[in-house]
Amino acid sequence: MTEMNLVQAIQSALRGALREDENVLLMGEDIGALGGVFRVTQGLREEFGPDRVLDAPLSETGILGTAIGMALHGLRPVSEIQFADFIFPGFDQLVSEAAKYRYRTAGEFQVPMVVRTPYGGGIRGGQYHSQSPEALFIHTPGLKVVCPSNPYDAKGLLLEAIADDDPVLFFEPKRVYRAVKMEVPETTYRVPLGEAKVVRPGEKITCLAWGAMLYEAFAAAEEVAKQGVDVEVIDLRTLWPLDLETIVSSVKKTGRVVVVHEAPRTCGFGGELVALISEHAFLHLEAPPVRVTGWDTPFPLTHEREYLPLAHRIAPAFLETAGY
Amino acid sequence: MQVIRDDGSLDPKLDPGLSIDEVVALYKAMVRTRIVDDRLERTQRQGRIAFHVGSLGEEAAIVGAAAALRDRDWIVPCYREVGALLWRGYPLQQYVDHMYGNADDPARGRQMPDHTFSRAHRYLAVSAPIGTQIPHAVGLAMAVKKRELDDCVAVFFGDGATSSNDFHAAMNFAGVFRPPVLFLCRNNGFAISLPVERQTATRTLAEKAAAYRIPAARVDGNDALAVVAAVREGVQRAANGGGPTFIELLTYRLGGHSTSDDPRVYRSDEEVEAWRKADPLPRLRKHIERRKVWSDELDADLRAVCEREVKECVRHAEHKPASELSAMFTDVYAEPPWHLREQQAQALRGPRASAEEDES
Repeated sequence: MTEMNLVQAIQSALRGALREDENVLLMGEDIGALGGVFRVTQGLREEFGPDRVLDAPLSETGILGTAIGMALHGLRPVSEIQFADFIFPGFDQLVSEAAKYRYRTAGEFQVPMVVRTPYGGGIRGGQYHSQSPEALFIHTPGLKVVCPSNPYDAKGLLLEAIADDDPVLFFEPKRVYRAVKMEVPETTYRVPLGEAKVVRPGEKITCLAWGAMLYEAFAAAEEVAKQGVDVEVIDLRTLWPLDLETIVSSVKKTGRVVVVHEAPRTCGFGGELVALISEHAFLHLEAPPVRVTGWDTPFPLTHEREYLPLAHRIAPAFLETAGY
Repeated sequence: MQVIRDDGSLDPKLDPGLSIDEVVALYKAMVRTRIVDDRLERTQRQGRIAFHVGSLGEEAAIVGAAAALRDRDWIVPCYREVGALLWRGYPLQQYVDHMYGNADDPARGRQMPDHTFSRAHRYLAVSAPIGTQIPHAVGLAMAVKKRELDDCVAVFFGDGATSSNDFHAAMNFAGVFRPPVLFLCRNNGFAISLPVERQTATRTLAEKAAAYRIPAARVDGNDALAVVAAVREGVQRAANGGGPTFIELLTYRLGGHSTSDDPRVYRSDEEVEAWRKADPLPRLRKHIERRKVWSDELDADLRAVCEREVKECVRHAEHKPASELSAMFTDVYAEPPWHLREQQAQALRGPRASAEEDES
């Protein structure tokens, strides 16, 4: 066990995968000598060489399109898209190609690739270094979407994603890249995809969160606990395929739901979660489900702390829901 | 670049040196491709299949390129290259079953007609978005290079695809990483209705390769032996570690873009007639006749055999049941997650759109 932050834990996963499977290779902008703009891949090119840690020309279409070709040959490419905001030039490759290749060839070909990308606000990045586009990928059949919140899960989920035979979008909460530290094993352990985790048991409200906002949900839960409102916080970890069972059994217990996410509210993943809860636990609900999310505007700069669903907005939502 | 002269003789300096049996086999495959194409177009016109995208007039560029590749080389198709797949021995019945989306369709009724693929024949899957396959070919070739294999990868695309961002990204990656890939650009004059003169301001498509430091050739794509010679040179370069090659195959789409197109709206009959004189089939036939290995009688026999074969396949395909409804839900992921199992069950027990579709 070593104390690691998220950056170190993700790097540890990549190093382990590169060591254990010669089919694994990394490709992305500035990931070689520089080690990536967030230094996640620092030192990996020195250790594994430029043929396994490829500095790519500046084209997301090229990075993702060639990764698909490599995966079709049986390699397991792990691409880094420098910011989730810049994934859109390669969106067609993910949505039209990676997501559909298995389906359209009836399983004759598969695309075992991982796309790592830092997402989310709170680093004063304005509208192009702050967005959370996860819902666009959850909406695409054939893709899996993962979003860890802590170093232990990040390492185990990333190793599982690399071993997975389907394309996986791996969203990294850059706001807490270095802020969260915990003991992480040096081994290449795995955390299964599709399993949520109850990180704070409670009786009164179910709060669903992921990535960086988990900490805000947790802080708000601690705050309202002082007023006797006992919130159960669930870290989704894998957004799709979803662990509906854990969610529904919690809602059946609490009868109240608050969903927290950074992305804009309309057609955000929160809408889908609320719909699923309505379908599966309608008669257990004691209050309308609530979404505490980013506003339906482009991501701002000056007022990003008012845009983000931070604890100061989550705690009142808890109190209101509890008193409904 | 041309190899077959007007009188049917070959330019000795450029002759790729195929044996006469190989040349005849190439001619036969081109004729077979055209007859299959023609039959499927008629079948679509009769409303028996939904769609067809043919290769009328482009058989030399497609089958010729396939003939120049080795069996271990990968083909990454655009959507007009089924002739290359058939050249590699893909069963015609399987292709026609796919055209019908029936129970034996390898794509299990999930794709429009003419979206073929075959791992066994090292032929990737046709995809309708333009140009998206080009980076796949480069990535596949990068994998080949990383694994130190001797294979190379040939990717087909049309003149229209040279405007796509995928084309430029792929060419640039190929220029930087130098993998064994051949860019085979079928310049057939049109991207649906847009003539190539208005697709790009450059005089040729081949000159675009210079910007990526990729060697390029411009070849008469209706001259099957010129295509073979140029593609072989590209394969040779790739096999010797020389990296990518761009080949512009100058040809002409004698038919519509697809069965949904009406080319009379955007081009003149005179233009089409002029190109009919450059038809790749009579051109190669003239050569094998000159070599005294072909005759009117052999030609008529070949056509009759191909006609019978494709008619039989159509007849069989038509009598097979539709692909299963349950197959709509599989292969989205390696293992179906709960939501797809749930939706599959809902669809199977739910009402049907029409009685004929009911598989129970």
